Amino acid sequence: MALASMKNPCYKPSGKEPKQLSEGTMADVNRGRRPLSPHLSIYRMVITMFVSIVNRITGVGLAVPAIMVVAWLTAAAMGPETLECANRIMTHWIAIIIWVGSIWALWFHFLGGLRHIWMDFGLGYDLPTANTTGWVVVAGSFMLMLLTVWLLLV
Amino acid sequence: MSYKTGLGRVIGPGSAKTGAKDWFSGRVLSVALVPLMLLFLCLVAPLIGQDYDTVVAGFANPFTALVTILCILVAFRHLADGLHEVIIDYVHSRGLLIILLAGTRLGCYFLGAAGAFSVAKIAFIG
Repeated sequence: MALASMKNPCYKPSGKEPKQLSEGTMADVNRGRRPLSPHLSIYRMVITMFVSIVNRITGVGLAVPAIMVVAWLTAAAMGPETLECANRIMTHWIAIIIWVGSIWALWFHFLGGLRHIWMDFGLGYDLPTANTTGWVVVAGSFMLMLLTVWLLLV
Repeated sequence: MSYKTGLGRVIGPGSAKTGAKDWFSGRVLSVALVPLMLLFLCLVAPLIGQDYDTVVAGFANPFTALVTILCILVAFRHLADGLHEVIIDYVHSRGLLIILLAGTRLGCYFLGAAGAFSVAKIAFIG
C-alpha cells in the first residue's frame, strides 16, 4: 500500500516515496518518512484538551509567584528595611497584575489537579462527565479568583 | 537490522524503572498541596505587603510557620517534578536535557530551602 493513499491529514508527500513498501523491512525503511502523529495544530480544540494544556501551562507559570513569595520571605528574614523595600515591589501595580494572574493560575491548577486525581481513580472518563468537569475547572478558576482577589486585595 | 521503532529506542529518564514510585509520590505531594495551599492563602497571603511587626507576629504562630515551611518545601518539590515532566516532553537534545533537568531541580531545591529557612528565622528570631 502506498503511503500517499492513506487519508492522513498530516501526511506531506516528499516525492521520494517508494512505489511499494516491501514486507519484512518493518520499521527502519520508513524511519523519518512516516506521517507524524497529529499534534496541537491539527486537532480541533475541545474542552478536555484545553484543560490539559492550560493545566500544564499554569503549573509552569506558577514558578513566578513561587519565586516572588520566596523573595519576599527572604527580604522579611533580612530585617525591616529590606521588607519595606520588598513590600514596595510586591505591591507595585505590575506586581499586582502578576499576583491576580497567579491567583487565577493557582485555582486553575488546583481544580485541574483535583480533576486529575479523581481521574487517576478511573472515574469520570466518559465524554459528558469529562467535558463537564473540564468546564467546571474553567468556570471555577475564575469564580475562585474573583473571591480570592476580593478577600485579599480589595 | 533493528526491528525497533523510534519509540522503542527512546532513552533517558522516562516512566521506566522507578516510574511507579515517582508517580505515586507525585500524587501524594499533589494531594498534600490541597490543604497546604488553602492554608497558605488564608494565613500567609494576607501578610504580603504588611509591615515588619505584623509579619513577625504572623509567623510567631507555630501553626502558621509550620504550614508555610511545609507548603514551600512540598510546592517546590512539586514544581521540580512538574518541570521535569515538561522538560522531558519537549527537550530532545541530550546535553540540554541534562542541563535543564539538573538546573531546574537545583534551582527549585535552593528556593525551597531559602523560603523554609527564612520562615524559620522570622519565627525564631524575628
